[in-house]
Amino acid sequence: MESTIIKSVDYNAYFGTNHVVKNVNIEIPKNNVIAVMGPSGCGKTTFLRGINRMHELIPGATAKGQILLNNEDVLEMHPIFVRLKIGMVFQRPNPFPNLSIYDNVIAGYKLNGIKISKAEKDRIVEHSLTRVALWNEVKDSLTKKGSFLSGGQQQRLCIARAVAMEPEVLLFDEPTSALDPISTSTVEELFHELKSNYTLIIVTHNMQQAARVSDKTAFFYMGELIEYDDTKQMFTNPTDTRTQNYITGRFS
Amino acid sequence: MTQLEKELQAVKSEVINMWSLVQMQLTKAKKAMLQFDQDLAREVLLKEKRVNAYELKIDRDCENIFALFSPVANDLRFLLAAIKINSNMERIGDIAEGIAKYILEFGSPFDKHILDKTQLLVMYDEAINMLADTRAAFENEDTILARSVFKKDEKLDEINLAANSNIASCIHENMESMNEALYVLSIIRKMERVGDQVKNIAEEIIFFMEAKVLKHQEEL
Repeated sequence: MESTIIKSVDYNAYFGTNHVVKNVNIEIPKNNVIAVMGPSGCGKTTFLRGINRMHELIPGATAKGQILLNNEDVLEMHPIFVRLKIGMVFQRPNPFPNLSIYDNVIAGYKLNGIKISKAEKDRIVEHSLTRVALWNEVKDSLTKKGSFLSGGQQQRLCIARAVAMEPEVLLFDEPTSALDPISTSTVEELFHELKSNYTLIIVTHNMQQAARVSDKTAFFYMGELIEYDDTKQMFTNPTDTRTQNYITGRFS
Repeated sequence: MTQLEKELQAVKSEVINMWSLVQMQLTKAKKAMLQFDQDLAREVLLKEKRVNAYELKIDRDCENIFALFSPVANDLRFLLAAIKINSNMERIGDIAEGIAKYILEFGSPFDKHILDKTQLLVMYDEAINMLADTRAAFENEDTILARSVFKKDEKLDEINLAANSNIASCIHENMESMNEALYVLSIIRKMERVGDQVKNIAEEIIFFMEAKVLKHQEEL
């Protein structure tokens, strides 16, 4: 049986008095890819950002309930520690523009004041870039700025930056929406590779992407988790009419 | 209505039109057999081309929808069912064509005694009814009606099972009727296959509507 790595228990999130995530209970198995989908404003990104405590960075944002990482409540942990364990990749590739490719990969160590040897840094850079299938493309230009890379390469660099911290979970907020189809396909292939070492939670508007890459899919609507099941089941025979209407494009 | 819904509706209409044509082909082949109407038999042969054209068109349309719209859930199940129904329907069309060919080959009316003894006409009418019922079930998305054909198919199987001894007895009674009796036996076998095809179609309707797979299950 697959072990649960993330579990949310009656999780609620608010922007001031606006209740945007309502009583979400979900169990995420380890080494799976989970797609989170739903119409704009349904609370999926807020829920994702709640998992590694990014939600509370927004002024007026609060949360209630529990998000358990290996049975420990992340709301009780130090947020920096949480973000070391649960990395995040955003919609637009955001490498540090003034840092080299090399320094971008180990930026997490520098920013958190973690001191490591040059040899260890070299190992982490090569290992992380290899994990995201970027090493062969950039190994001869590690000192060049990350911003010189193509959009798809930049996004993989950002994934390498997250992977470098050896997290247990990686969160992706629409990771390919700014990429062309070829780069999208490369990143999607990467998801399949990454899941052997990490648990991936991906918010996506692209339903075909959810169907292609994920093991399980969660459908959010108006702040509620409507349905959560194996992706094959969700895309062939969803239980809830709202899910069916959404995935078949009949949502009004 | 979304573009996908319009496309699916168009496929549904095509499948229903094909259904009507195939039902008509079976009915005309029966009439040609009973009245020994060779012109009508030739018409069935001619119209078989239209059945084939429908099959190609429906296959092509479904393929295009898969490629262009990436259907999921009930839309996906509908298209998968439509493709399989299309294929079953084409085979029923072939069976009607086969019966029409027998009429032309044999060259004289079949003996009423053999038809009565073997219950071929009872079987034939039941097969046409089953086809009509599944068509209505598909059109109205009625799985109760779709399920009703499973019972009717048992009647066809019963008649088919008794066919060998009935045909043998007809031949014993009149050795000269052997050739004719064998033609009748072949038509009985064809009707039994129509029953199976219609049963497959009913299973596809249930799959599309209820996401239940009934294929290869003993108890339906």
